[in-house]
Amino acid sequence: MNPVSPFLELDQTPRVEVVFDGTPLSLPAGANLAAALLAAGIGEFRRTPVSGAPRAPFCMMGACFDCLVEIDGVVRQACMLDVREGLSISKPKGGSHATP
Amino acid sequence: MQRHDLVIIGAGPAGMAAAATAAELGLSVTLLDEQSRPGGQIYRDVDRVAALRGDILGADYIHGRSLTAGLHHGAITHLEGATVWAIEDGFRISYTKDGRGAQIGAERVLLATGALERPMPVPGWTLPGVMTAGAGQILLKQSGLVARQAVLVGAGPLLYLIAAQMVRAGTPPLAMVETQTRSDLFRALRHLDGALRGWRYLAKGLAMLAEIKRAGVARYTGATGLRIEGTDKAEALRFTHRGRTHRIACTTVFLHHGVVPNTQAARSLGVTHRWDTRQACFNPVLDGWGQSDVPGIFMAGDGTGIGGAKAAEIAGRLAALKLAEALGHISAAERDRRAAPLHSAKARERAARPFLDLAYPPCAEAMAPEDATTICRCEEVTAGDIRRYAALGCLGPNQTKAFGRAGMGPCQGRYCGLTVTALLAEANGQTPDETGYYRIRPPLKPVTLGELAAMDHGSQDAAE
Ligand code: FES
Repeated sequence: MNPVSPFLELDQTPRVEVVFDGTPLSLPAGANLAAALLAAGIGEFRRTPVSGAPRAPFCMMGACFDCLVEIDGVVRQACMLDVREGLSISKPKGGSHATP
Repeated sequence: MQRHDLVIIGAGPAGMAAAATAAELGLSVTLLDEQSRPGGQIYRDVDRVAALRGDILGADYIHGRSLTAGLHHGAITHLEGATVWAIEDGFRISYTKDGRGAQIGAERVLLATGALERPMPVPGWTLPGVMTAGAGQILLKQSGLVARQAVLVGAGPLLYLIAAQMVRAGTPPLAMVETQTRSDLFRALRHLDGALRGWRYLAKGLAMLAEIKRAGVARYTGATGLRIEGTDKAEALRFTHRGRTHRIACTTVFLHHGVVPNTQAARSLGVTHRWDTRQACFNPVLDGWGQSDVPGIFMAGDGTGIGGAKAAEIAGRLAALKLAEALGHISAAERDRRAAPLHSAKARERAARPFLDLAYPPCAEAMAPEDATTICRCEEVTAGDIRRYAALGCLGPNQTKAFGRAGMGPCQGRYCGLTVTALLAEANGQTPDETGYYRIRPPLKPVTLGELAAMDHGSQDAAE
């Protein structure tokens, strides 16, 4: 069950299945990944390495790095990725600095 | 490694206009941009989105299509989804695209890297649900998302634009909590003549305000004591207005108090920047064509000082004219003949700026945050930490790295740099120019080992 999203979606787009932190989600194919996760009600993308505080997208333009998620073992900015069928996304483990 | 006459970084209005003009004059141009479709942030995804919700976004947004159309020229290579992480002498540009590193060479480079939201550190600004107003715009433009229960906080015409668009989308914001005051407006009236010359902006602003008012959106101006409440996410905005405390429950907070040049790439090349008191940010030092003090490096658009999308477009064309002349494609006389109408258009575009800058100054409490407020989002350094560093003798942003990790996280100071400069300048009684800014070094964006390993053949030596 998706939690209630703080966002209203204006577009109707065919959906594909992805997994976020073990939960299956149907997201609009080809959509911006960070936006799609927000629309699906995902309120926390990661925890900070310093204090463990929750974070979610802040800038949506690749500048703040608050939207970092882990995909195939690589920590990446969700706002710079598109939704693809079968993505397995998780919160970055062991802090969430992008891989140097 | 392929070489081109001109490599342009950033496919917003300045970069797109420059590419089209340069190609028309005979230059071979490569345009690199992080997004998968041209437009920059202002015209984000315009080719696809104009038909979907041009009515909500307005004519100024749709104008972007005239610029993306200019990219269909045989001499322009547009590398989409390309993240530039180093620009080195000579020039060699390193970037990542589709998970692989690659490099190209250029005789000249034009940086059209645009603007970032001015950092707005207020209590609670790191909570999920708090975003920049620019992010709100991007969500609406590219993804068709409208926040159901949003409060818009800060100062500046962008707040009116986003509120008006939300009204048109049928989901008005709960409130607009603005920090500018009547005395700001009064001070700005000195520049009313400029505002009247730029009357189109004024008229648009007033029309949007009327639209917002008709929709019944509550407006509070001169708000102070801003504080976003919530434990794991934003739950409410608290503020003081005319001596009374208000609390508005909400799920989204959009912050904005102006945009500032994104100076990362220019700084990494050593372009000189100076503090601009009126715009309260560092701007690069350029000549009238956008030529910097680093030979071969040109700049155009909001990355050179905030002027807006139309001014950016004009600046991109001016830079392209100078580049075409410098590379021998047109004479100086031809350059000047073509530039004349652009110079006057630029002056017209800039006329309303002083009025706007003074009428909507940055939010004072976010420029000098209270000690407990986090200012470096990545490493969670507070304003009090920076003041303590100053008390221990820290004079400039680069020295803060000896005391703590401010600016050392993945955003590389993009959302704390100006705050750190302001805090140190204030604590040490120095000017922002004396205090300086973070030294920026490549990689400008994180590169993975996998991306380096997949580097295009023949250019691996350069990746050391
Ligand atoms: S939301 Fe800021 S980098 Fe993705």
